[in-house]
Amino acid sequence: MAEPKFLDFETLALHAGQHPDPEFGARAVPIYQTTSYVFPDTETAASMFNLERGGHLYSRISNPTVAVLEERLAALEKGVGGICTASGMAALHLAISTLMDAGGHVVASKSIYGGSYNILCHTLPRFGITTSFVDPRDPAAFKAAIRPKTRLIFGETLGNPGLEVMDIPAIAEIAHAARIPLMIDNTFATPHLCQPLTMGADIAHHSATKFLGGHGVAIGGALVEGGRFDWETGDFPTLTEPYEGYHGLDFSEEFGPAAMIMRARAEGLRDFGYCMSPQTAFYILMGVETLAVRMARHVENTRAVVEYLVAHEAVDWVTYPELPEHPDHDLAKRLLPKGCGAIFSFGIKGGRDAGRKFIERLRLFSHLANVGDAKSLVIHPASTTHQQMSADELKAAGVGEELVRLSIGLENADDIKEDLGQALRASQRS
Amino acid sequence: MIELEVDGRTAHAATGGKPFDADLPLVVFVHGANMDHTVWALQSRYFAYNGHAVLALDLPGHGRSAGPGLDSIPKMGAWIWRLVDATGAKDAALVGHSMGALVTLEAARQAPNCSRALALVGASAPMPVSDGLLAATREDPSRARRMIISYAYGQRSHVGGMRVPGLWMSGGGLSLLDRGDDKVLAQDFSACNAYDEGPQAAAEVTCPTLVVCGDDDRMTPERAGRALAESFADARVTVIRDSGHMLPTEQPDRTLDALAAFL
Repeated sequence: MAEPKFLDFETLALHAGQHPDPEFGARAVPIYQTTSYVFPDTETAASMFNLERGGHLYSRISNPTVAVLEERLAALEKGVGGICTASGMAALHLAISTLMDAGGHVVASKSIYGGSYNILCHTLPRFGITTSFVDPRDPAAFKAAIRPKTRLIFGETLGNPGLEVMDIPAIAEIAHAARIPLMIDNTFATPHLCQPLTMGADIAHHSATKFLGGHGVAIGGALVEGGRFDWETGDFPTLTEPYEGYHGLDFSEEFGPAAMIMRARAEGLRDFGYCMSPQTAFYILMGVETLAVRMARHVENTRAVVEYLVAHEAVDWVTYPELPEHPDHDLAKRLLPKGCGAIFSFGIKGGRDAGRKFIERLRLFSHLANVGDAKSLVIHPASTTHQQMSADELKAAGVGEELVRLSIGLENADDIKEDLGQALRASQRS
Repeated sequence: MIELEVDGRTAHAATGGKPFDADLPLVVFVHGANMDHTVWALQSRYFAYNGHAVLALDLPGHGRSAGPGLDSIPKMGAWIWRLVDATGAKDAALVGHSMGALVTLEAARQAPNCSRALALVGASAPMPVSDGLLAATREDPSRARRMIISYAYGQRSHVGGMRVPGLWMSGGGLSLLDRGDDKVLAQDFSACNAYDEGPQAAAEVTCPTLVVCGDDDRMTPERAGRALAESFADARVTVIRDSGHMLPTEQPDRTLDALAAFL
């Protein structure tokens, strides 16, 4: 028998989940802009509704265009199955609502996207789900925060905005010792730079709005299940006990490694309606096709810009894990050997006023609340993405008022540096 | 699901999402090497909801059934009937995939009066296993599992296109194998390789038989399935296009259609 051979990342990014349309031969993924699907006969319809046959029933639950993206992301993350949602926030809520009920508890990194922090800290407690936030650089803190009702540990591959590198293998070991799944938001790294499921994580979470789409034209989210977590601990009854909402279906019993993702679709998409539109799936697929090429260029440009800023007299500090002085430099080399992405922060000399002048003088960079676009972006987190946080919360999350976050795009690196240079010079003038 | 005691150990079988009713005609589904009942998830639900009692079982040492595993195909075939006896059922239609096909072939041979029908999915007999894979199952199980999955799925399936939305076939297959026991992995492939009674067993089978082949099956190629069918007194062949060896998951609907038309 031949040695194991699987299609490589670049190939899967272009092909996984799709065969050319058998009727017309369309090479691109068709946009199935339809709410529903004609059943060939009543018996087949009944079989499909009862999960005896595959196929699509209604586009809130699944859609052929969206399914290609779901399968492709599952392939790229090396999981067993994927599910796409209307946004990254919808995907986060879908994971939590699939895994726990009121009374459930989450242990999360404190250095996460502001929107994720808000739902965990402020919104979910209204529904009886609470979260303990811990230092992502302190695996022991995750262990100490685990309670009897903890049902999920959550963090980001690269923290926001400090780029703390999550020690995924170490925290996965802690999570699994406590029989709790680990979910990693892999938005900043993308599966091209890091595949958390291969390092011990159980669920990969994405805002597909960012690098996966890459063009800044569509909002979307995704979950990918790793298929290795043992749900049969007695702590996850949504996956291991008969579900009356689906004729007593026991998802773990029937679907084994894909239990979580099947329940998320059968209940979550059906009842909460988080679905991604087929048009959005098409846009994001167009981005995923070139993910490997784009991420390599994003990293190349970012390295050039980081080098430039480190040497610039108007810059107090630069935080990027590839810099030797970054606290997670060694860990980053181990977990992110292809690069640490295209998002980083720096502190501008002159604090808040200089920061304001800098942002207003930029010409190429766009000042907006997003990252991971093909175009270079800039934001001042303290006044935008993290504005709901109190001063203490900002400090805890490592967000100073002088902090400027950049998302480096695919423009010519010299043009990017020139734009930053002229804006930095302007920021230092009184 | 149903849990039974067989040989003093717990044996598990999924029942297709319906309570087990021994008065209904029974269909027994048997998985392949190092796998478990979940490979039959869709087909077992169909038969359970269409007038049958279903046992999608886990062989000893697989899935949720207690070990140790059994070390030969004839022993596994005999175990099937001890499991069926424990349910109170009198006879059964037998459906097996890959190693499970050899197990059901042996079961049908051992108890012809209890075998209503036999469906062999992804089957050949003999079912030789390469020296390289046999060695890997003993010495490097992780590599062996990757060899199996890379070879078991048809080339089309390595691109995907799963009928169940969002599922990634080869990832699911690998995850399923990774959940299995290393010793059982080696034992199963050794048992397949050692079983040399296939043609003789087929000649002794008296019930109607269906052999289901995938047109891109590189483990039990279509020609080997057809050769096996020739050994039966009453066998027909169905070839499923665009499928490798993992027919129940690569082409679940077409596999179901073939089984439903036969049973």
